[in-house]
Amino acid sequence: MRATPTPDLMLEPAFDPAGSARDAIGASQAAVQGLNVRHGTILTLEDINVSFDGFKALNNLNLYIGVGELRCIIGPNGAGKTTLMDVITGKTRPDSGVAYFGETLDLTQMSEVEIAQSGIGRKFQKPTVFEALTVFENLELAQKTNKSVWASLRATLSSAQKERIDEVLHTIKLEAARNRQAGLLSHGQKQFLEIGMLLMQDPQLLLLDEPVAGMTDAETEFTAELFKSLARRHSLMVVEHDMGFVGSIADHVTVLHQGSVLAEGALEEVQTNERVIEVYLGR
Amino acid sequence: MTMPLNPTPLNKTLLARASARLGPQLSLGLGLIALAVLLALPLLHLLPADNSWQVSAYTLTLVGKILCYAIVALALDLVWGYAGLLSLGHGLFFALGGYAMGMYLMRQSAGEGLPAFMQFLSWSQLPWYWSGTQSFLWTLCLVVLAPGLLALVFGFFAFRSRIKGVYFSIMTQALTFAAMLLFFRNETGFGGNNGFTDFKRILGFDITAQGTRAVLFLATVTLLLGSLYLGWKLARSKFGRVLTALRDAENRLMFCGYDPRGYKLFIWVLSAVLCGLAGALYVPQVGIINPSEMSPTNSIEAAIWVALGGRGTLIGPLLGAGLVNGMKSWFTVAFPEYWLFALGLLFILVTLLLPAGVIGLLKRKAQ
Repeated sequence: MRATPTPDLMLEPAFDPAGSARDAIGASQAAVQGLNVRHGTILTLEDINVSFDGFKALNNLNLYIGVGELRCIIGPNGAGKTTLMDVITGKTRPDSGVAYFGETLDLTQMSEVEIAQSGIGRKFQKPTVFEALTVFENLELAQKTNKSVWASLRATLSSAQKERIDEVLHTIKLEAARNRQAGLLSHGQKQFLEIGMLLMQDPQLLLLDEPVAGMTDAETEFTAELFKSLARRHSLMVVEHDMGFVGSIADHVTVLHQGSVLAEGALEEVQTNERVIEVYLGR
Repeated sequence: MTMPLNPTPLNKTLLARASARLGPQLSLGLGLIALAVLLALPLLHLLPADNSWQVSAYTLTLVGKILCYAIVALALDLVWGYAGLLSLGHGLFFALGGYAMGMYLMRQSAGEGLPAFMQFLSWSQLPWYWSGTQSFLWTLCLVVLAPGLLALVFGFFAFRSRIKGVYFSIMTQALTFAAMLLFFRNETGFGGNNGFTDFKRILGFDITAQGTRAVLFLATVTLLLGSLYLGWKLARSKFGRVLTALRDAENRLMFCGYDPRGYKLFIWVLSAVLCGLAGALYVPQVGIINPSEMSPTNSIEAAIWVALGGRGTLIGPLLGAGLVNGMKSWFTVAFPEYWLFALGLLFILVTLLLPAGVIGLLKRKAQ
């Protein structure tokens, strides 16, 4: 069923231009331009410590994500998964440790906005879209473009930008709802809209916090396909509880426990790991 | 054989479509009528006093005053309705614009000498910040700069520290209260609790002359139309959509790569400047400015205008300002002691029953 992880993929991202789906999701656009990923690692986290009032949310955490990799992060509640995302996106500052995006961008020195602009996109656990705007407008705002005040005051959509929005609308299957207010969408549709907004942003690293929560089986299956087609040109880090979903997409799984990495490897390896069974699978 | 009384789904959609088409036309028509009335008022004021069509100075001033308030309501709606920043200190920006204009009017009345209140305090020379206020041009700059710079500095620090929600409202409230206390002092040099009054001339013209009043009124109508156009352009631009996004999901917007600070600061300063301009037109028409304009209750009242009319729309705040102030003028003549109770009751009723304001009610009716 699942593609066996190929270790060399992490080091040398191979790009296979075949397949029209890749164009639709923007995979044909240059994703890694400007970012120095010489050593094939897009995200480097070393010895990260975060504590809240004495509670160690992250404890000497080390994590490396390769270019084009699709990494799943699993772990029991309170293992530090969301804090990890907060550290990467600049929402939480680590007490100590090293966090690099590519080889040169020090995430601990950048603001949330700078991090987002440099190419890290994030999907929240609770689907967060701009409820008062239409689906089309949501995608328009997310579009990769100049996001300064002056640019927004005079912005008009070019036909290429409109086409891109139409493409993404097609990809996330919300064409029929393009003029509907986002607040009126179903839960699953909001999840897809948020994923669509990430696609519009065209980030190099996508952080997805429980993307299939509240989705139907068909929607989950579709999401798995979508993520698999995104990987390689984009790097993905997915936090998920749904083991079936993890099994269907992941190259590589990291298990977090009490703020540090407990185990890492292919899903079968991880699932047979004694310590993982002990803390996570509860046996 | 008879038509069903209950509208069938088809009839309903037809009705909805018809009203959707009728809606904009109807509101456009009403808007044009309102505009025609507003343009006719100053002309009718110019008629001789014995003509039965003549509009009295009282009426013209009252409507002019309400129009100034309508501009404040619109400005407040830009930050509150669109960007979600509830300011309870917009009266301050209004008063600052008013004081800037008042300084010029005081200099016009005083001629070469010192304004009357300074003579009363036996001051021998003007404080440094009064220099240049004899020039109308510099006064216009002050009208924009005083509220604009204050808003810029306050907004810069508030938005940098990510102050929002009720904390932001409380800080704006504290700001206007502090300014009021400052302006109450005689030593501040703005006439203490009497403020500025007894204006005589503006640009050399008699300020109570019919012609001057008519021109000031027309200037107010122009500013209101200009503000409406500006608001309409902003609301339709991508900037306006970013503001709405900011109001509903600021985190999402940041992770989309937008820096909310610049957006908030821009609309905040713009709104303050609009208030300042409204204040500058208010003072020569009403003939007085004093620190009570900065009292927190005035700013809260402005928020009530917006809430009553309908937040996040352009026409709503204008309606709200007109309705509340119209009622206020009537109440303060008929039952002066009950006005504040009526206002409070109105606010409670609107909050409970009309979350989208009068505009929301009209829209619902139209559907």
